[in-house]
Amino acid sequence: MSEKQKDFIRIRGVSKLFGDFVAVDNVNLDIGRGELFSILGGSGCGKSTLLRIMAGFETPTAGTIEIDGVDITHLPPYERPVNMMFQSYAIFPHMTVEDNIAYGLRKDRVARPEVTARVDDVINLVKLGEFRKRKPEQLSGGQRQRVALARALIKRPKVLLLDEPLAALDKKLREHTQFELMAIQDQLGVTFIVVTHDQEEAMTLSSRIAVMEKGCFLQVGEPKEIYEYPTSRFVADFIGTINMFEGTVTQLGDETIIVNSAEAGTNLHALGDHAVEVGQHVCIAVRPEKIFISRDEPENADDIKVRGVVDDLGYFGNLSLYRVRLSSGKVIQVSSQNRQRSAKRFVEWEDEIWVSWRPRSAVVLRD
Amino acid sequence: MAAVKQRDWWERVTIAVPYLWLLVFFLLPFAIILKISLADPVIAQPPFTPTFDEQGSLSITADNFLFLLTDKLYAVTYLKSIVMATAATILCLALGFPMAFGIARSAPSTRGVLLLLIILPFWISFLLRVYAWMGLLNNYGVINNMLIWLGVIDQPVRLLYTDFAIFIGLTYSYLPFMVLPLYATLERMDIDLIEAAQDLGASRTEAFWDVTWPLARAGVIAGCLLVFIPAMGEYVVPYLLGGPESLLIGRVLFDEFFVNRDWPLASAVTIMLLLLLVAPIVFMQRNQAREIDAQQ
Repeated sequence: MSEKQKDFIRIRGVSKLFGDFVAVDNVNLDIGRGELFSILGGSGCGKSTLLRIMAGFETPTAGTIEIDGVDITHLPPYERPVNMMFQSYAIFPHMTVEDNIAYGLRKDRVARPEVTARVDDVINLVKLGEFRKRKPEQLSGGQRQRVALARALIKRPKVLLLDEPLAALDKKLREHTQFELMAIQDQLGVTFIVVTHDQEEAMTLSSRIAVMEKGCFLQVGEPKEIYEYPTSRFVADFIGTINMFEGTVTQLGDETIIVNSAEAGTNLHALGDHAVEVGQHVCIAVRPEKIFISRDEPENADDIKVRGVVDDLGYFGNLSLYRVRLSSGKVIQVSSQNRQRSAKRFVEWEDEIWVSWRPRSAVVLRD
Repeated sequence: MAAVKQRDWWERVTIAVPYLWLLVFFLLPFAIILKISLADPVIAQPPFTPTFDEQGSLSITADNFLFLLTDKLYAVTYLKSIVMATAATILCLALGFPMAFGIARSAPSTRGVLLLLIILPFWISFLLRVYAWMGLLNNYGVINNMLIWLGVIDQPVRLLYTDFAIFIGLTYSYLPFMVLPLYATLERMDIDLIEAAQDLGASRTEAFWDVTWPLARAGVIAGCLLVFIPAMGEYVVPYLLGGPESLLIGRVLFDEFFVNRDWPLASAVTIMLLLLLVAPIVFMQRNQAREIDAQQ
């Protein structure tokens, strides 16, 4: 494939109002060719509306959408180079698996031999060979999902929209299907746009994620970027778990800032060039796995160290979770890998311990 | 063991009760009508000859049925009833489908009100509602006055006592029987299916014929039968709204029975009507059986 087109999909100033309610609020976004892009957000954040606008089921109140240089904003759904996989799968109950899959080609009046050949191809792709003559009610949830996927892929759309593609599957099947979906996407090179409320799903599936809230994108970036460098409290809190310490900036250095936080009971250092001023109210956020637990005072002088008491602990096999109550009364979460095999816990309930982290592990979040 | 037996016994009783009901109130009267249809009319009490004469030998005749087949009046009347009932069924379907679809897709809060409006006419006597149509359709009725006032016509058009009036009356009377089963099937239908069809390249019209219509088929069949069957034998509407020449089978049946007091011929007319109606019922039964099969 030639050089990847960065603005294969161009969304410009798209808004959608339902009466007074702003479902989508002036959204701008570029999605590259062949990307697996996720729009992540809670229910009612506008992600499904945005997807429906792209599919052509809603007309945006303002703004334009271009795919591969063509403005599709006002095209009806059946004239767009886009197909959608519905959350309910929307498989036609009165048609066999085969007829469901072939439907899109038949509507395009594709010659019969070609329909057969292409149906064979996608049926093999989603491994539904033995079920092709079945009716949808004779299929399991996972099989239906495959029918929906095959039906949406057969027209070789430029963009495939997937509305909560895995939400209806149970956990084991979901994990398995996730990787299959990625493999199929990789094989076909079709641009996928996935709408999901499940942050884990978005993290593993996507090349990039847009976090959406109240009709706006709060942050767009690669999964790692979103996790490690959240730019807002909402994103930090929505993706994974995070401990937040409220405080005021007391000192600005070249590379570090110092924040006085009553919640932490100490001064917190954070690295980075942040556009903050002395006296500004900020929030220092640290992920649980970035925090260390020790019985004795940690030696490294640069680290941030706070005393605490183990409030609760949970053993999860591969890792342990601790809830630590700091002297200020704030409870934070710490997680650690169980590297050593041991039947004995190295800390117990109500043990007095130290928690510590590197200044570079902390994220500074402005209001 | 005893418990199982008792449950068996109960199951049999619960099944037996409706069958007994049908036997006593449907099959038995049917047998009586059949018996009368095979007798000769006499001026007596009862007005037909007994099935077994004084010697105890069987005395039946097919004269009544032969008369039905030879006298053109009956063939014409049956045919006209079928045409009228079919026309009313088609118009009910054409009006009822969009209504049912609209109700099924309306907001849940207004849906109840809309359904109530469909059922509301049942709270007023059927006879009164047909009388109301007489008021609407007669030469100086609302419709004629309106048309004259609008200047469309300058002489009243005869609407009442015509086949058109019967047609309107039948459609009006049986429309709810079409809307309700259609609503029941359309309400269950997933709106995503229509969008999926459009997404895959179907226009609105194509999506309707490919998805909505086949999925609503059970409701369409049920609605059509619920309209067609009673419309076929309808008596009140043709009697009140139709002219003296617009003979429908319900009217003929009534006249043979009460005016001519020819019970055997009236019974034969009934049996014939039943045979005509059995065909669509069997069709529906088979269709339903097939649908249930497909779902398993």
